[in-house]
Amino acid sequence: MNIRRRTSWIIGLGSLLLAACGTVPQQPAGQVPVEDHSTSAVQQGAQTSGANVGGAFSGSELDNPSSPLSKRVIYFAFDSSQISADGRQLVAAHAKYLSQHPDVSVVLEGNTDERGSREYNLALGERRAKAVEQLLELQGVSPKQLQVISFGAEQPVALGHDEAAWSLNRRVELLYSGN
Amino acid sequence: MKSSSSLALVLNNVAKMRLWLLLGVLLTSTAYARLNIEITQGEESALPIAVVPFAWNGSGTPPQDVSAIVSADLARSGQFVPLPLDQLPQQPTQAQEINFGAWQKVNADNLVIGRVAAQGDNYQVQFQLFDTVRGVQLAGYSMTATAPQLRRIAHQIADIIYQRLTGQRGAFDTHIAYVTVQDVAPGKRRYRLNVADSDGYNEQVILTSSKPLMSPAWSPDGKQLAYVSFEEGHSAIYIQDIASGKRKKVADFHGINGAPAFSHDGTRLAFTSSRDGNSEIYVMTLATGQIYRITHNYAIDTEPTWSPDDHALAFTSDRGGSPQIYEVHLDDAGHPVDTPQRLTFDGNYNARPRFSPDGKLLAMVHADGSAFRIAVLDLASGELRVLTDTHLDESPSFAPNGSMLLYATDINDRGVLAAVSVDGRVHQRLALKNGDVREPAWSPFFDQ
Repeated sequence: MNIRRRTSWIIGLGSLLLAACGTVPQQPAGQVPVEDHSTSAVQQGAQTSGANVGGAFSGSELDNPSSPLSKRVIYFAFDSSQISADGRQLVAAHAKYLSQHPDVSVVLEGNTDERGSREYNLALGERRAKAVEQLLELQGVSPKQLQVISFGAEQPVALGHDEAAWSLNRRVELLYSGN
Repeated sequence: MKSSSSLALVLNNVAKMRLWLLLGVLLTSTAYARLNIEITQGEESALPIAVVPFAWNGSGTPPQDVSAIVSADLARSGQFVPLPLDQLPQQPTQAQEINFGAWQKVNADNLVIGRVAAQGDNYQVQFQLFDTVRGVQLAGYSMTATAPQLRRIAHQIADIIYQRLTGQRGAFDTHIAYVTVQDVAPGKRRYRLNVADSDGYNEQVILTSSKPLMSPAWSPDGKQLAYVSFEEGHSAIYIQDIASGKRKKVADFHGINGAPAFSHDGTRLAFTSSRDGNSEIYVMTLATGQIYRITHNYAIDTEPTWSPDDHALAFTSDRGGSPQIYEVHLDDAGHPVDTPQRLTFDGNYNARPRFSPDGKLLAMVHADGSAFRIAVLDLASGELRVLTDTHLDESPSFAPNGSMLLYATDINDRGVLAAVSVDGRVHQRLALKNGDVREPAWSPFFDQ
């Protein structure tokens, strides 16, 4: 669900650096120095499509909705970075896949619910992502395949202000590159 | 903006009703302000005062209604109840016109009169403050300003009156910084870092991004803001010059970069980074970019705040199992001289500390159970006082005179700013017409 963001950062960076050097206060309303180009790829006229011709990488396992790999979010209790039994099962499936595919890398994005202070949550989000990272490494995944990012409370997937929303936001997402 | 009837539910005594009636008049002139400030609870022992509309000597209408700005400032502080304009017994503009007896009859113990005169491109503003009980002048000033400076002059007049009558320096002639968030398309948000006058006027956007912005922090001279931006896909700390818009990325280490805080002498920046594997507090010497590690603990250490003399940092740590506030003392070089000592013992969550300007109080986000509220800890007595009764409060920031705390909260699913006096008696709310507002930071005094 947040996978598109990954590419937008890179594309957006160039336009940002240009805008950032100027006098930002003079920006007319509606003009955004940091642009999100997340949908630009699909808006281009030409579309490429991949074909599996016996290369080393098999995309089907990641794309298979009935594979345990289709689950890519690990949820946490409030102010906790302990991985539940369900979470461990999920991590184990991804560890197996990643150790068998050392050329595949994954971003571990840590998030928290909105409660408490934002900077503490930024650190808590990172601790959650690092807990997942550590577990993956213990199961044979190379550190080179893993990247940890924390968004703290800044990127909620559920916008309510109750436990139903909070429980969905206390999470680590596994984001495969190119997926 | 709330209707008078809904606000009346909050304001339940006569003194507070009078306050609201006055605001009803003033708010019509503030309709174009981006941030609307409402007083949701005033001080019961607020001082009665009358601010008579200032005389105008010039063509057309004056560029700013100076006396209305003064009156609104005083009302907003919660320390004063200005008399509604339709209850003024007379409208003197010169001292010799004042009938002190008439003002005593309407219980206006203090009276402000003044005059604004056009002088070429400039304006001369004169005002006088009187004690109507004793029939004496308490203050009188004459100032010259250009049209764009008139709002600032009005805030300075309010500061003088506030100081003369309360004994405490006023903080009306100050600024606030805050972050606004708007949904611009499904799944797409616009984050803005703004600077405005303390009354919400003159809002200026200093940064716009499609990625989160957080933790703005003022330099002690009020000329720069440090903040955290995710524009490159991860947290990094920038310092931006407010006037020119020029900025510099100062911390972009591996891992998280957050919680910037300028030292009071302006030479150092405390911040959080996980560059060494875990979130720790560091201090950067701004002139050289050299950094020094302050904490060494496997737990989360973050949100440093400098004591007024720059010889201590308070910060959030969960080294004891839950987030609590700790303090470490520093030598002249900014290096720790002791092991961090825990300061908070009430509640299961205390975070994001801020020292009061006199160093006697520590404000924080406090939870004891499920509600996250703003509290102040009296450092001498150890007494913790919860000031708010909302549930998702965060980011407390002291006014530079220590009288009020600005913070962010959630009202009816919207992020709003609110302010509370340090005694918990006066409450204000600052709301945008649409979108969320969060991460407030009150500026220092502007002494130049």
